[in-house]
Amino acid sequence: MKIVIMGCGRVGAQLATLLEQDSHEITILDIDAHSFQRLPPDFRGTALLGNGMDEEVLRRAGIEEADVFVAMTQGDNRNVMAAQIAKHIFNVPRVISRIYDPLRQELYNTLDIEAFSPTTIFAELVKKKIEG
Amino acid sequence: MYIIIVGGGRVGYYLARALLNEGHEILIVEKNAHFCDIINEEMGSVCVTGDGCEAATLAEVGTGRADMLVAVTGDDEDNLVACQIAKHKFNVPRTIARIRNPKNVAIFKKLGIDVTVSTTSIILEAIEKEVPTHPLTHLLTRSDKGLEIVEVRIPPDSKTIGKSIKKVALPEGTKLALIIPRDRKPVIPNPHTIIREGDQIIALTALEREEELRAKLTGI
Repeated sequence: MKIVIMGCGRVGAQLATLLEQDSHEITILDIDAHSFQRLPPDFRGTALLGNGMDEEVLRRAGIEEADVFVAMTQGDNRNVMAAQIAKHIFNVPRVISRIYDPLRQELYNTLDIEAFSPTTIFAELVKKKIEG
Repeated sequence: MYIIIVGGGRVGYYLARALLNEGHEILIVEKNAHFCDIINEEMGSVCVTGDGCEAATLAEVGTGRADMLVAVTGDDEDNLVACQIAKHKFNVPRTIARIRNPKNVAIFKKLGIDVTVSTTSIILEAIEKEVPTHPLTHLLTRSDKGLEIVEVRIPPDSKTIGKSIKKVALPEGTKLALIIPRDRKPVIPNPHTIIREGDQIIALTALEREEELRAKLTGI
């Protein structure tokens, strides 16, 4: 599959590495070139410097042929906006977005964006650990 | 009307002032507590400290009964989210977003924001109208149809001066609608119309042909 990932933080870089090992075609975007140092030296995907909320940048990243778009930046609103551009302007078949704020995540799920909240997931995980 | 303003920077501040003067009920949501204090000191208790992109904050300030929400923070994505939450979670009848990047105008429209105000585009339009040497002015853009109406002025050094329209190979998807010469009456152009210096040409063009059309007509 062709996958475009926005945000090359720890999670984004890790995700790109794992997917690339499964021989998917990866393009990863970030606005800071230093972030790409998180990618392993043998990473064969494309690292592209640019803002994922910009249509032009997304086009250069090959969004028009992408099967999946993943928004993984630190900013909920940035993720949500990029995800909606991918979904409603470029009609990417699958769009996944990280949204820290659980309330916002709920809302955007109803607006047809596949969003998950690490806050909720992690809290539940720790709760399970504690309660056994 | 009850109007909520998200963002208490300069734009939010002066907007609130003007709307208060018109007798509206105003509430500003601003992240920075210091800005909030200044506003409250000057205008009475109209500002609440909080994130206007958070549903909880918006619920607290009674967004459910608001007639309008105006998002004027400095970040386009924050303005988008504030408007979308107001619209979809609180059914606010009208939402207005300030936009910095003019490219986002079309995107915001598509994502259901009622009105957008692009300060960059407004300033740009003003410059284009004020500076007559600028060879191409946008008169009307229908980005949803991929079409625009532009005005091209023929500069004195243009290679097209003295040529007929037939001789100027206009790009596909463009059409000259009207020629307004400097000292004569406007004419509807036909293939034999001669282009002269200083002509204002009103043309229809596909968005992606705009640059090509400008280059052909101004001949630089």
